[in-house]
Amino acid sequence: MTQWIAACGVDDVDEEDVLPFQHDGVDYAIYRSPDDTFYATAGHCTHERELLCDGLVMDRVIECPKHNGRFDYATGKALGAPALVDLRTYPVKVENDTIYIGV
Amino acid sequence: MKELMRRSDGPATRDTVLWLGGMLVFGAFGVAFWGSWFAVPFFLAYGVLYGSASDSRWHECGHGTAFKTRWKNDVVYQIASFMMMRDPTTWRWSHTRHHTDTLIVGRDPEIVAMRPARLARILGNLFGLVDVPVALRLMVIHACGRLTAEEQTYVPESERRKVFTTARIWVGMYLATAAACVLTGSLLPVVLIGGPRIYGTFMHLIYGLTQHAGMGENVLDHRLNTRTVHMNRLNRFLYWNMNYHVEHHMFPMVPYYRLPELHEEIKHDLAPAYPGLWAAYKEIVPAVLRQLKDQTYYVRRGLPEGAAPLHPVSDGRAVLTERSAVA
Repeated sequence: MTQWIAACGVDDVDEEDVLPFQHDGVDYAIYRSPDDTFYATAGHCTHERELLCDGLVMDRVIECPKHNGRFDYATGKALGAPALVDLRTYPVKVENDTIYIGV
Repeated sequence: MKELMRRSDGPATRDTVLWLGGMLVFGAFGVAFWGSWFAVPFFLAYGVLYGSASDSRWHECGHGTAFKTRWKNDVVYQIASFMMMRDPTTWRWSHTRHHTDTLIVGRDPEIVAMRPARLARILGNLFGLVDVPVALRLMVIHACGRLTAEEQTYVPESERRKVFTTARIWVGMYLATAAACVLTGSLLPVVLIGGPRIYGTFMHLIYGLTQHAGMGENVLDHRLNTRTVHMNRLNRFLYWNMNYHVEHHMFPMVPYYRLPELHEEIKHDLAPAYPGLWAAYKEIVPAVLRQLKDQTYYVRRGLPEGAAPLHPVSDGRAVLTERSAVA
């Protein structure tokens, strides 16, 4: 069963950017796309566990800060070497200007 | 920092037009003067653009940071890989390892000057005398559907078919070049294709040795195992600003055309940059020679007083936890 966790306020995440969030010792990354939609994925790159929150969001792509591995953060799909394993994604909902992620 | 990471297609498109356009012009003059000494300077320029400048194009487009548009990075990466005789897949993975384990002995596959340095190999590679035969041998091995034992440690299974396919295409291209030489009774085809990796490659080694040669191995702080060297505009064009190498290792997402700005932003946390190639080599040559006898010796860089300690890449924002998040 999905547990909804309040992660941050909508204004905490800039447009086309990413924010880190920790819950129960697990890292998550929360994204705001250019069309103002919010997404959440696992916090680490699947290649070498770098924190994605330090990476660059370009349109619907998050690029890992260490080796430039890229993922579609909406689907989690790895977009090419060195990122070959898809990212885990999490459902997101917004209520009263608060972003909740389902874990 | 994120602002410095933003890409645009403009600078790399301009520089790629200059790079490939320069090769076209110099190559055309070289062909026109073929058979006379007037061809030499034109082929020298063509060769440096082919055999030296391709190295930095390979590097930047391998990171995917030169162009904003992904396919443009991929196209230039494939062209530059061919010219440098580096399989685009295995070298992408070896460079990934180089960034994870920079100068970590036994892990980094791209240590040029080991302790002790193999001087004959380094000097020979000013003219590709080791790199080219090794590359051709690997090309044949890959074309036969095999990887070396070391390559198997960093190239995932799912990527290996690409290695074999590329090698088969490249072997065909080099055989066609050799056949053209035989059929025309001239060396001109190989002077244009493949040959520049020998006669025009010296600058890529001269630039590349400044990155890490003589520096401390097995340290995690890139400020202590990497050099930033100031260079003139021509060298920075040929080298695509990789002279800002400390900055590149610390923040590999910053495109080459923003590295000078990044240098200005963080130089207070770095050891002083070297004022030029001469200054860098005044340190590198004695250090590498000394390491032939004393393998405990390495160049020790001092960080400025008050320099930030080594820490994970961060733009300074605090990590939100449940306690600080909106309830």
